[in-house]
Amino acid sequence: MPAPVNNSVLVEFRNVGYDVLGTSQPIISDLNLSVMRGETLILLGESGCGKTTTLKLVNRLLLPTSGEVLVEGKRTREWDAISLRRRTGYVIQEAGLFPHFTVERNVALVPSLEHWDEARVRVRVHEMLELVGLDPEKFAARYPRELSGGQRQRVGVARALASDPPLLLMDEPFGALDPLTRASLQKEFAELSRSLQKTVIFVTHDVREALLLGTRVCLMSRGRIALLETPENFLRSDERNARAYVETLRLDDSVLSNAGRGE
Amino acid sequence: MKAWEFFLNNRTEFFTLVWQHLALVAISTSIALLIGIPVGIMLTRKPRLRAPVLGFANVMQTVPSLALFGFLIPLPFIGGIGARTAIVALVLYSLLPVIRNTVTGILGVDASVREAAVAMGMTDRQVLFQVELPLAASVILTGVRVAVVIAVGVATIAAAVGAGGLGTYIFRGLRANYNPLILMGAVPAALMALAADFGLGLLEKRFDFKTRRASAESNKGLRRLVWAALALIVALGIFAAWRSGRSSDAPASHAHVTIGTKDFTESVLLGEMVAQMLEARGVEVERKYELGGQLCHNALVAGSIDLYPEYTGTSYTDILHHPPMTDPRAVYDQLKQEYAQKFNVEVSAPLGFENTFAILVRGEDARKFSLKTISDAVQYTPRWHAGFGQDFKSRADGYPGLARAYNLRFAESPREMDLSLTYRALASRQVDFIAGNSTDGLISSLDLVQLEDDRHYFPPYEAVFLLRRDALARVPELNEVLAKLGGALSTEEMRRLNYEIDGNKRDRREVVREWLKSKGWV
Repeated sequence: MPAPVNNSVLVEFRNVGYDVLGTSQPIISDLNLSVMRGETLILLGESGCGKTTTLKLVNRLLLPTSGEVLVEGKRTREWDAISLRRRTGYVIQEAGLFPHFTVERNVALVPSLEHWDEARVRVRVHEMLELVGLDPEKFAARYPRELSGGQRQRVGVARALASDPPLLLMDEPFGALDPLTRASLQKEFAELSRSLQKTVIFVTHDVREALLLGTRVCLMSRGRIALLETPENFLRSDERNARAYVETLRLDDSVLSNAGRGE
Repeated sequence: MKAWEFFLNNRTEFFTLVWQHLALVAISTSIALLIGIPVGIMLTRKPRLRAPVLGFANVMQTVPSLALFGFLIPLPFIGGIGARTAIVALVLYSLLPVIRNTVTGILGVDASVREAAVAMGMTDRQVLFQVELPLAASVILTGVRVAVVIAVGVATIAAAVGAGGLGTYIFRGLRANYNPLILMGAVPAALMALAADFGLGLLEKRFDFKTRRASAESNKGLRRLVWAALALIVALGIFAAWRSGRSSDAPASHAHVTIGTKDFTESVLLGEMVAQMLEARGVEVERKYELGGQLCHNALVAGSIDLYPEYTGTSYTDILHHPPMTDPRAVYDQLKQEYAQKFNVEVSAPLGFENTFAILVRGEDARKFSLKTISDAVQYTPRWHAGFGQDFKSRADGYPGLARAYNLRFAESPREMDLSLTYRALASRQVDFIAGNSTDGLISSLDLVQLEDDRHYFPPYEAVFLLRRDALARVPELNEVLAKLGGALSTEEMRRLNYEIDGNKRDRREVVREWLKSKGWV
């Protein structure tokens, strides 16, 4: 791993453990991890491996039971939870849009909470909608239930970006979409995050998505880091879990070549 | 048709009762909202309290309404008679749906939406007011709708504790066995419940975010309308509370008398006589008629009424708890002394008639067997059937004692039925022997004969007024009015006046006005 440039670490986990009273196994143990400014770090793993918990430790939805999580060099327990969250974008599966707000009000949420003046909010909302490929004229006044799944997810991204936070947390944002929509959103998002220079922590169980979007991939297993590598090195790794994931890609290839022979 | 005519003749009273009914519902619903919604919100934050609090509200709702009123009457501050007790009971009934639906509505908000709200950096308060409450609104409104419909229904029973409302007509109609009157109370109450159900249902549907569309531009206006409607309910409640508060302050003023009566025709007529005579002398009168059970006594002692008509025997046995005594003079003297000492209450001169239990048989039987006294009938009763009101069948100075005193036996155990039905049962030969009220107007109109109590089993039930001494001091006109009424009414005369109401369905005030005019007192 190349040595981090000065002040280039945005989020740091120091010996972090998290467990819930009454359960025998900790959800996370001994987690040490630095997230660099501008990178997209993927947390990859099976359900229950601790990746979503890791994400929630960053914006203080959870506090570690041991060790420290630092954001911009400051411990999360010392951050004011509200201001930490307002400068951290958050996108979840199914978007979590407010069903009683229009698209416009959903996107405007954090700027409004931060008391931006109305005109500025309006301009910003329109910018954001255009950025995620939605025509403001057409979509601003709609309610989430009048949108397709992909459109909702685009609004979710627009909402997370609206106050221009340096850090974006994404928890399987494209997990519930159909394969075609997912593929096009993944591609657009890859371009978007590169052009915006955001730091992104991205949770997924889809190895293709991980390799496609990640600057680095952090493979988690049973609450610990199994492997932390760039996509290239991930493919070459002989770590047991990583190989199992890479195997699934080979399987996809064999399906393709099989279908190709049939033609 | 009869109901319509009755309505036309009693418009003012009708609208007063409708207003009272609406006020009861509005006040109690407002209070239930002010308590229920915060409690519901609190329960979503404190899961451990959820079971006990919802359990309490649940139990409250299963208590039969009359029983709940009964429990509340003797309680200080929240009890007593009148609107306050009724409102407390209505609030207790309305709480459950409001609390339960607030909890259900908030807990029903999609977890991912709540998570997103917190993760976006909303404070607890913002999550509650901008996300949870708006999303729970339609569920909460369902609870409000249920609460209002329950309140409209239960408020009809409030009449039993003197809170007024449309139940007054229902109870009066039941007692007089007069269907148009029952309908006058029941139909508007039912319409009110339906209107509330329908109106709030509409609102609730429009308030449901699931049906919201970009095309529905009226949303903002609609939401404003909902808040306006809720604010109106609360405002109406506060206004009504202020009004009733003001009117209950009034008895302290100089020339103002509050008259109570029991819940049957004769009692109301007697109260109305005093009311009209006082009004003719420029005294302001407040009428709290048709109070059930022992409410009159409690209200008099508590000072919420100044006087009410009573019967010496009832006071003697039921209120002062003495064993029955047959000498009218001794009973009256004893009453006068004890009421003055214990309650600071004056007993007026007897009005002249007695309303005792009247043992009644059909006129033709009386003539055939030449029956004059109860003793005369004893030899025939083993072949007869008897029917008694619930009260008479069970009380100490009722049937058990009567049977012992005369050694009475019947073909079968006497049937227990509503007092007003016993007259009809006797006239239509389903029973042969009943215990009615001696002044009941139906006695002569159905050709019934009262058998004399030749062994003086029944204590004397002379009609008198019981009145607070402070009222007497405050309103000197009372002295003059009660002196005039002393000895003024014979049993026959009282029976005739009762029949004008129960038999001829005439207006009470009018009958009283006529009678007072015939006496030359107004």
